[in-house]
Amino acid sequence: MPVVLAAADLDALVQALAGRGYRVLGPVARDGAIVIDDVRRAADLPIGLEDVQGPGRYRLERREHGAFFAFTVGPHSWKQTFHVPVERLFQIRRHKEGFSVIPDEAPRQRIALLGARACEIHAIAIQDRILIHGEHPDPRYAARRSDVFVVAVNCMRAGGTCFCASMGTGPRAERGFDLALTELVEPGDHRFLVEIGSDDGAAVAAELPVRPANPEEIGAAASVSERTAAAMGRRLDTSGLKERLQKNLEHPRWDDVATRCLACGNCTMVCPTCFCTEFEDTTDLAGETAERTKRWESCFTLGFSHVHGGSVRSSIKARYRQWLTHKLAGWHDQFGTSGCVGCGRCITWCPVGIDITEEAAAVGLPEKDG
Amino acid sequence: MPTRKKRPKLAVFKFASCDGCQLSLLDCEDELLLLADAVRIASFAEASSRVLRGPYDISLVEGSITTPHDAERIREVRAQSRVLVTIGACATSGGVQALRNFRDVKEFARVVYARPEYIDTLATSTPIADHVKVDYELRGCPIDKRQLLAVLSALLSGRTPSIASHSVCMQCKLRGNVCVMVAHGTPCLGPVTHAGCGALCPTYHRGCYGCFGPAETTNTGGLEWALVAAGASQEDIARTYATFNTAAPPFRRAQEEQLVQIRLKEGRRG
Ligand code: SF4
Ligand code: SF4
Ligand code: SF4
Ligand code: SF4
Repeated sequence: MPVVLAAADLDALVQALAGRGYRVLGPVARDGAIVIDDVRRAADLPIGLEDVQGPGRYRLERREHGAFFAFTVGPHSWKQTFHVPVERLFQIRRHKEGFSVIPDEAPRQRIALLGARACEIHAIAIQDRILIHGEHPDPRYAARRSDVFVVAVNCMRAGGTCFCASMGTGPRAERGFDLALTELVEPGDHRFLVEIGSDDGAAVAAELPVRPANPEEIGAAASVSERTAAAMGRRLDTSGLKERLQKNLEHPRWDDVATRCLACGNCTMVCPTCFCTEFEDTTDLAGETAERTKRWESCFTLGFSHVHGGSVRSSIKARYRQWLTHKLAGWHDQFGTSGCVGCGRCITWCPVGIDITEEAAAVGLPEKDG
Repeated sequence: MPTRKKRPKLAVFKFASCDGCQLSLLDCEDELLLLADAVRIASFAEASSRVLRGPYDISLVEGSITTPHDAERIREVRAQSRVLVTIGACATSGGVQALRNFRDVKEFARVVYARPEYIDTLATSTPIADHVKVDYELRGCPIDKRQLLAVLSALLSGRTPSIASHSVCMQCKLRGNVCVMVAHGTPCLGPVTHAGCGALCPTYHRGCYGCFGPAETTNTGGLEWALVAAGASQEDIARTYATFNTAAPPFRRAQEEQLVQIRLKEGRRG
């Protein structure tokens, strides 16, 4: 049965998690956006802030409602937490007898995600499928994922670039959480409906000043998700989309988007499911130590498709087509799921506002006559 | 394991430039002693007056070619160098002094110098690679000292240096920055600019102004409307491309596109 936590008591949840040894990560306002960082107390959250998002545009605005979670997803995602942007894999040190390899172990820490949205829980599951259960498991990623407590938040607003409803990934978190919060903001009555998704979740909830939810509160929470689903900023028709895209690899729309796309790579960096990486070896001046580093890579760089003799995808057209068809089509063949959860980040954070839903729809349509 | 026997000879050469890039080498405070252990500094006017004779294992070349004498000298440097690395915007694209390429240099000389007849200069400021074969290029005004050390370390251990040539945006995102263009409406050249600085300006909430020159792939036409939407005028855009890398072809074309449009507008008004 769901329980109810007064908004004034949200800090008890943060402290209960911290008390269990979790590093609590969640949304905080920084540099004009909501990013993910350490949350030490509920007051660290971006209280009363809403994000206004559109293609290539993001602004924060203050509202009077004092809600804790009235914004949607920002430029960061939990990808930063588990599939970290840059990490050293090992060092090699030279010594008299030869050399030794000193691997860097992934830090074992308990991490609590405070405020993961439904689309983000799906994105994490997609990365797990590839980086833990896939053909080339990443032990460091698996280690970071091994002790995670998820506090989901059901979105009370949809962002201007959101389309999770089209992708079947939101706005309500159905599974994959320990606790799920729906924030109910009414004049004089500000509370959270708390659903319990696991034994760990139940144990944490038992430490909080909660009471059983009444049917009105359960209904109110359900209608928050319905309203949000009806207010999606974008939509994408996914029926037969994979086949439509794969049939249209020479569609003139690819040339059109290539005149607008900068090949800057921002979309792949902010996408919570893009997983590509690059390795770099460095040595010190004395030639005594060497290191190997891994960092995020993007199919928008020339180096990404470099083989003997040059880059396979030298044109922007080829690179944009790779990105879009991998996310929405090839991913199904490769991993049995879409590579897109409809979070809208690639639309908002594209400096020139290229909209994956618009491009996919245009490519997926038969060519117009004339 | 074999250890290095003979220390390689490193030389630093200066052409038309401000010395800022060479000074990046002195700026490597912590690593400087290690470097001095790893190489013999054969020629480095900023650090020592001692000059060893060539040939050199690694030559760092700063500055652009602006005089007939320098056009000759760079050939000698090349002939004496096993690996030649150009450092900085002047050496890699002609530098800010390449603004002359698009004006009448004789007229400049007349305005600036009392006795212009003593000035022996070429009509253009050109990058080193226009004159001789260059093995590696380090961009920036000035260069990034971490990149310099990475290239030297790679060359000393016989590895090919890895110099990322994608956009500044990639480094900006790897740092977890909030995009200044999307979130603040600040014009930023990051999407068309070569990585290397670690997205220094956006990290301090400023737009990138392109000091590392054009990235491997540039679509300056595509970026234009976003810069305009962020409040940059066409004059601003033309000026921003007309700085340290003004003569780098993609940045030069971007300036010309803006200038054509400005002239068209003026024509319509006039
Ligand atoms: S492709 Fe775009 S909308 Fe889809 S998950 Fe990635 S960033 Fe989000
Ligand atoms: S879209 Fe590009 S960067 Fe993302 S996973 Fe696919 S190939 Fe990698
Ligand atoms: S779609 Fe947008 S964000 Fe992605 S590479 Fe092109 S311009 Fe950059
Ligand atoms: S701030 Fe500039 S460099 Fe950084 S992502 Fe935005 S456009 Fe690119």
